[in-house]
Parts: sequence; C-alpha cells; structure tokens
Amino acid sequence: MLRALCRKAFCKALWVYHANTGACNGCDIEVINVLTPYYDAERFGIKLVGSPRHADVLLISGPVTRQVTPALKRLVEAVPNPKLTFAIGSCATGGGCWFDTYNVQGGADSVIPVDFYIPGCPPRPEAILYGVALALGLVPKKVAEEKLRQETLEELAQGKCVINRESSKTAL
Amino acid sequence: MFLSKLREALICLKAGRVTLDYPLAPQEPKPGFRGKITIDADLCFGCGGCANVCPANVIVLSDTEQHRRTIEFYWRRCTYCGRCEEVCPEKAIRLSQQFETATNDPQDMYMRLEVFMGPCQRCGRCFPPPTALDRMMNTGFREGPRGGRA
Repeated sequence: MLRALCRKAFCKALWVYHANTGACNGCDIEVINVLTPYYDAERFGIKLVGSPRHADVLLISGPVTRQVTPALKRLVEAVPNPKLTFAIGSCATGGGCWFDTYNVQGGADSVIPVDFYIPGCPPRPEAILYGVALALGLVPKKVAEEKLRQETLEELAQGKCVINRESSKTAL
Repeated sequence: MFLSKLREALICLKAGRVTLDYPLAPQEPKPGFRGKITIDADLCFGCGGCANVCPANVIVLSDTEQHRRTIEFYWRRCTYCGRCEEVCPEKAIRLSQQFETATNDPQDMYMRLEVFMGPCQRCGRCFPPPTALDRMMNTGFREGPRGGRA
C-alpha cells in the first residue's frame, strides 16, 4: 500500500537535480529555459533542487567524461529510490560528436542506467517538457525504429514491393 | 511619483498570461528548425556523401550483399548540423521539423535503409549508378505496381 501511495505521489511532484557531466552548457541553458514562466515546468510539480538527496529525477547533460565518471556514480547512489534518470541532449544520449574520443565514456547509459532519452543539440525546451510529459504518461511516444528498403528490379518484376515509402510512414 | 506607481500597477494588471500550453496543446517550431533526420527511400542512390561529411559518424555505410548497400543512422548522437542535407545530391535526406523525439528505448533512435546498388563486374563492390539515366532507374523512375514517380 505504501508502495502504491509512493507511486501515485511520485508523478505529482518531481524534484529534479541537474548534473552537467561535461556538456557545452547549451543543454543546461535549455533546462533553465524550461523553468522560466514561458514554459513553467512548476505547474507539473517539477522543481529544481540543490541536492541529489532531495531529488526524484536526475537530469544529465553532456557526454560522460572520464573525470566525472566516479562522481556521477556517487551522485546516482545519492538519489533515493524510486528515481528516474533523464539523458538530455545528443551528448548524454549517445555521446554526440565525442562518442569515441579517449576521455569520454560515451553516453550516460554506458555508466549509469538511463530511463528516458531526450535527443537534440540542444533539445528545445518543448522537447524536454515532452520528455517529462512522456515519463508522466501524458503524451504518447512518437518515434520508433525505422527499417526502410529499396526493392530490387527482380522484386519489382514479380510485383511485390516489400517496404516502400507509404508503408514506412504508416509504421510510425 | 504616485502616478507612476499607479501606472506600474496598471501594467501589472494588463500583463496577461505568457505560459504556453505546450504538452497539452501542439506547438510548431519556426521554419528553418532542424529536427530529426528523415530519408526518402526512393530517392537515395547510396553515394555515401552524407556518411563522409557527418561530424558525429551518425551515418554508417556497409555493403552487405552484392546488390545491397546498408545505410545505418544512429541518430541518437546526431548534432542536427544539417551537413547531410546540404551535400545530398538527390535531396533524399531532410531534417524534418519533428523535435518530439524523447523515448525510453535507445533502439528507437536507429534507422536503417537498404539501397539497391549496381555491383562492379570486376571487383564485385557496390557503386552508385554512373549515369543520370541509370540513377533514375534506381531512384524511382521505374515501372512497377506503384508506377514511376513523376
């Protein structure tokens, strides 16, 4: 019962802690934009807190550098359960341009478990809000894995078009 | 003094509401915004120019079969610079206006296109069609159940 109550209360007031793990500050500016009156994330109960021990949600921006890896691991341990982890920006989701450089571990999911990915360089404030709304279950997911294929001349001659433009659009 | 204070109070009354209704109401980005990569499967002829210029190595080419070149897009690390759109000779790659790409599954941020290519008679490798006419044969001006593209 307590667990059910926790789960119900969890989506009403998400307190977020924002961690920069080597970002260029672009994603951080967009995170701050979300908290301005124009986007006003506080109407969903999202509040920026100063300590990971107060937080429910961890926002991670930037590729995880080698220097920050132990600190990030300790940070995730400091957030009490239940917790959510968001990777914000292309760098945190997949490493960005630095995915294979010597001092970068790759995306945030190569170091810690990540629940939601918000790609973008930087993501629009709307995209971050959309990601949070997706986590809260307010909006449906709009991307899916795509596998497109051009048909060969033989397949065309036999008259079977396997996957084409129209079917690939309906797959979404 | 008093009048100016009164004026400020009136301005505060008139300010209205600026907060957007965003997650509950849709919102379109401004034109020129670069969002998620889309690719037109019929137009691509597999020249690989996009893979050459991509700064984050999002686009990976591999020749899987004799007639097939697979173009994979790991767009989770895409920086939306738009270089692939600039260099694409057929305008097959476009950066769409879609920004709502948040997901909980990393496999969703993957796209694959298999292109039908002509193999070299000597070495067996795939190569893009040499002439514009051959390219038209491969990119949609063909006869089939759906007809050619106009």
